[in-house]
Amino acid sequence: MGRLKLFLPLALVVILGVLFYSVVTRIGSGEYQPEALPSALVNHLFPSFTLPQLEDSQQQITEQSLQGEIAIVNVWATWCPSCHAEHGYLNSLAQAGVIKIVGINYKDTSGAAQHWLQEKGNPYVFNIFDQYGQLGLDLGVTGAPETFLIDHRGFVRLRYQGPLNEKIWQQKFRPVVEQLRAEQQSS
Amino acid sequence: MKQFLLAVVITAHALLAQAVIETYQFDDDVKRERYQQFIQDLRCPKCQNQNLSGSNSPIAEDLRRELHRLLQEGKSDTEITQYMVARYGEFVLYRPPLNRDTVWLWFAPPVLLLIGAVVILMLLRRKNRTQVTAQLSAEQQQRLSQLLEEDDRLSARDKGDNK
Repeated sequence: MGRLKLFLPLALVVILGVLFYSVVTRIGSGEYQPEALPSALVNHLFPSFTLPQLEDSQQQITEQSLQGEIAIVNVWATWCPSCHAEHGYLNSLAQAGVIKIVGINYKDTSGAAQHWLQEKGNPYVFNIFDQYGQLGLDLGVTGAPETFLIDHRGFVRLRYQGPLNEKIWQQKFRPVVEQLRAEQQSS
Repeated sequence: MKQFLLAVVITAHALLAQAVIETYQFDDDVKRERYQQFIQDLRCPKCQNQNLSGSNSPIAEDLRRELHRLLQEGKSDTEITQYMVARYGEFVLYRPPLNRDTVWLWFAPPVLLLIGAVVILMLLRRKNRTQVTAQLSAEQQQRLSQLLEEDDRLSARDKGDNK
């Protein structure tokens, strides 16, 4: 029994090693975010706004355009490297027709943003041009990318800080989306 | 010359350590003081261990600009706090309010400190007690004097050797 006690430090190191490894990989995939803030907007109506459309600056968009259909609102910008990384996934989501995707071009330049979309593909039904970040501030955005899930009545139901990928979609978004579709059916 | 350059470099570096770079104009001194108080009491949502006064992240800049606008518009302290919390949640208050959720946040550190002090006291008291009882029994004392005698004999014999 005394012999076994000698192996205690080794056992401790192994356990801690496994623990740290699992935490690091979970942070890497975005599942665990110790710095994520719970959104103050959850279960509140999407804030009201009037902003031009990125694709056509003559067109004004308001929160009314976000009512009637379950959608994700993705906050992105050309200066944001993580947005670059998640763009491919958003394209695949849009192509598969999984959900309507609306974009908020956050504190960006219109020319650069439109060029970016032409080059990399456009998964967005339309983009709101939030040049000064006022809508972002009303949404409690802390940076890009962020994605909000809204239901058919225009209420925010989920907010994710960070780039979207398949794992995050399956783990965090899909269960809620299914719930929202059920709600929409029964209403 | 080298020393002069060194002095210049160090001074320039020190200037980088300014907290807030922008200077906002206010209608009156009261508003300016309220601004100073607010940027200390609001947390930067991105660099979460800093207040708005100490953070130069873009979101902190935006929030300071917004704060200036709200103050100039004549909003009250309560209205401004509510504005910030409605968008960023209670976490944005650097000094958290005392309610059912935050009671552990406020009272855990002094309570833990108290527990730590009690534990130390108990350990000290136990250590004193064991020192008092660390005496040899009569039997052990006899054995000790026997061993010491033998040791004396051996060393005396060795000393007598002319090697």
